[in-house]
Amino acid sequence: MKPTSARDPVVEFRAVSKSFGDVTAVNAISFEIQRGEFFSLLGPSGCGKTTTLRLLAGFEEPDADGGEVKLLGEVVNTKRPYERQISMVFQNYALFPHLSVERNVSFGLEQRKTPKGEIADRVRQAMEMVRLKPETFARRMPAQLSGGQRQRVALARALVLQPTILLLDEPLGAIDLKLRKEMQLELKTLNKKLGITFVYVTHDQEEALTMSDRIAVMDNARIAQLGTPAEIYENPRTQFVAKFIGESNFFGGSVGRRGVDTWDVAGAAAPGERFRIPTEGGPCAQRAVSAGQAVKIAVRPEWLDLCRPGEGPPDENSLPGTVRTVIYLGETMHVIVTMSDGSDVTVAVRNEGQLIKPLPWKPGDAVAVCWRPEDCQILEDA
Amino acid sequence: MTAPDAGKAPATPARPGMRERLLRALHGRAELQAWSLLGPGAFWLLVFFALPLVLMFAYSLMPRGIYGGVEVGFTFEHYRRFIDPLYLDILTRTFLYALECTLICLALGYPVAYVIARSGRWKSLLLFLVVLPFWTSFLVRTFAMIFLLRDTGLLNNWFLRLGLIREPLQMLYTPFAVMAGLVYGFLPFMILPIYASLEKLDLSLLEAAEVLGARPAARFRRVTFPLSVPGVVAGSLLVFIPALGSFLTSDLLGGAKEILIGNLVQNQFSSARNWPFGSAASFIVMALVLVAVLLYLRVRDAAPEGAR
Amino acid sequence: MRLPKWLIAFVAVVYFLLHAPVMVLVAFSFNASRFSVDWTGFTFTWYLRLLERADILRGVRASLIVGVISTLISTLFGTLVALAIARHKFRGRTLFEGLLYVPIVTPEIVVGISLLLLFALVNVPLGLTTITIAHVAFNISFVVIVVLARLAGMDRTLEEAAMILGADEITTFWRVTVPQLWPGILSGALLAFTMSFDDYVITSFVSGSGSSTLPIVVYGMVRKNIEPSINAISTIILLLTSVLIYLSDRLSRESPIVE
Repeated sequence: MKPTSARDPVVEFRAVSKSFGDVTAVNAISFEIQRGEFFSLLGPSGCGKTTTLRLLAGFEEPDADGGEVKLLGEVVNTKRPYERQISMVFQNYALFPHLSVERNVSFGLEQRKTPKGEIADRVRQAMEMVRLKPETFARRMPAQLSGGQRQRVALARALVLQPTILLLDEPLGAIDLKLRKEMQLELKTLNKKLGITFVYVTHDQEEALTMSDRIAVMDNARIAQLGTPAEIYENPRTQFVAKFIGESNFFGGSVGRRGVDTWDVAGAAAPGERFRIPTEGGPCAQRAVSAGQAVKIAVRPEWLDLCRPGEGPPDENSLPGTVRTVIYLGETMHVIVTMSDGSDVTVAVRNEGQLIKPLPWKPGDAVAVCWRPEDCQILEDA
Repeated sequence: MTAPDAGKAPATPARPGMRERLLRALHGRAELQAWSLLGPGAFWLLVFFALPLVLMFAYSLMPRGIYGGVEVGFTFEHYRRFIDPLYLDILTRTFLYALECTLICLALGYPVAYVIARSGRWKSLLLFLVVLPFWTSFLVRTFAMIFLLRDTGLLNNWFLRLGLIREPLQMLYTPFAVMAGLVYGFLPFMILPIYASLEKLDLSLLEAAEVLGARPAARFRRVTFPLSVPGVVAGSLLVFIPALGSFLTSDLLGGAKEILIGNLVQNQFSSARNWPFGSAASFIVMALVLVAVLLYLRVRDAAPEGAR
Repeated sequence: MRLPKWLIAFVAVVYFLLHAPVMVLVAFSFNASRFSVDWTGFTFTWYLRLLERADILRGVRASLIVGVISTLISTLFGTLVALAIARHKFRGRTLFEGLLYVPIVTPEIVVGISLLLLFALVNVPLGLTTITIAHVAFNISFVVIVVLARLAGMDRTLEEAAMILGADEITTFWRVTVPQLWPGILSGALLAFTMSFDDYVITSFVSGSGSSTLPIVVYGMVRKNIEPSINAISTIILLLTSVLIYLSDRLSRESPIVE
């Protein structure tokens, strides 16, 4: 993780753990969130991201010896949600069905005993900020709104309180694709414009990559990797991260002799197959390796090329395989190649027009899968 | 760019008020929270429902006192009296009435449930019409039966008028009247559970059966009915159990000969003045009911998943 | 799938049998003739006569007092119990939930005499108080069931949303939970009132000679064959309880009240 400049962390998790009976939902995780950041918790369902958010909100409390949750420098382990300075947008919006839109939005202000005149103004501003015309929508009931409108009301209700931190629990899950893209952009704009720290939970890696300043990828109650979208996508540290973010192919083997600036690796797929990985110095070689070690690398489909067996460029790695199937994706073609050990590898080739310049590969063809040694990620787990 | 409003905290008073102290005391103590809510209701039920039952059981084991109450002591005589044919008769009769009532309700109720389940638009209305009598006063409905069945009642009047009979037909104060009253009272209890299980029936199963060559009767016998068995069992027990403990029907429609155990109990607390014996009889009714309930729970939980 | 005609006819007959007795009863409450079941004319006399009967008026008054008070208590206690069961894990929860059904299956006669024994033992004079106590005892379970059903369908995140907006547990309860729950509570209350208003068996054991609720009065009228006023009072009772049950049913399906 790149060292951050010493700004002020508004959220700190220090070795926080939370279990429910026998199940450990969150296992000693630590991270910091800086003021104004758009910070995402990303992972498959069951990884602990929602529990982490709920620990932050106060709906769950850490285990007895389960670390510290700090907000704005203060330990808040036992503080109730209404005692914390946090706003939240829920996955199902949780609009109060018995209250009108304006009463929903003003709920938090009423709780704080804000003067009536001020409430009216702030509600109006908040609604305008989320682009819901006060004149039209203020008196409506949640039941009369569309999904997208409800979502905006939920946002307005949270933002009107001018929070330091805003939690969002998969807020765009129920919205259709086109609207979702719009909302993603709006949320990002709000984050930058208002300077509020956003903590965003999602299982959609594309969404996380698009919107976040930093992403914490979670797996099995732990943080697998924490970094900027570029770091996560281009330098995944483990198989899980490499698989979860974008697509990856994996090649394993045991490290042999060291060359000038590469290590020679005996490929695990079949005896005699070899490939090279870079030594230190370079974004992908974060992990030092030594001779005799087992190693696994991740190579993205777009970094792979296909050529006729034996015809690959000499400075590139080359492993033999057989074409299994070709998938037409429009912008790219995915060629699935079966390697010597039976595993499949996906090669992404740009589609230059199958009707004018078709791919020369057909199922059953023998091919060589090639890539430059530096176009890989050496993973931490072999 | 306006800095976020960090200062506006929810008003926290300097010293925690009553409310805060209460919330903090309850916080995290799930059991305490639960019991503070359960307290009043649980207390009431304990004192005014459970305790009286225990008292009744205790009385049933004590000898009869001079005025019909109890004396201190211990005896099984009240329970032993049930071996006497007179009382065994009453028990048997009650059991048979309840059983017959259940069977009749099944015969009448199953078709009704079936039709409602298939009635599309009319479902709510038909259901409502079944539920309505279910909730209206049992006393009033029993009186309605009297009005129809007695010697000077409506039916006799019409039969006489139409020349079908020459003297009033004795319909009231007969087993027929009691059975009619019981069925009339409990039929909705049979219809609703059967309807509930028929409603869940996946029609595509019947279509599959049809494609496999089954005619309507066979489809009913081999697909519909077996899958509705949980509802049938539920309905049967929902009729059988209250029928065992019924009292008002036989009281008003039965007459002296048709004594069910409910009437026996009531007698001991009015004219016969034998509280311990009445308690014993009452306890026997309760025991029969509980056995039936346990049976129901056993059957319900054993039902195969697909049949639900 | 079409239904065979004989089946529909059969079911129609059953429906008829289910409703005919009561319809006849109601119809004849308007019969001018006092003693015979021949129809001699339409009249409201018997209804007006009811107003002259002191025992009926006293009975109505007693039923209303007992009904209202027992409904208030049982609805309150029942709602609290339902909340505890639905929202909190506590030791013995399943057992407790099961035991709640016992008052419902217990025959009325057993409930009635056991309470009589208790009151006799403690020397409590039988009257409206003992009747009210008894009614609360058997109504709590009904209210719990109705409110539990409503709670089961409630959106829990609404309460979390309220808390994160600054409302503590008590405020959340009043501003969010109760409005959502209200139709269920009301539905349970109406049910409890109806059950209390209609009850004969249990009341007959715990009422003693001085205090008579309406069903007790009606029972006496039935025994003594007081015609056709019985039809009239029966019709009124039927009308009242039908309306209450209908409302209770509608409420149990409704969305929460709007502020």
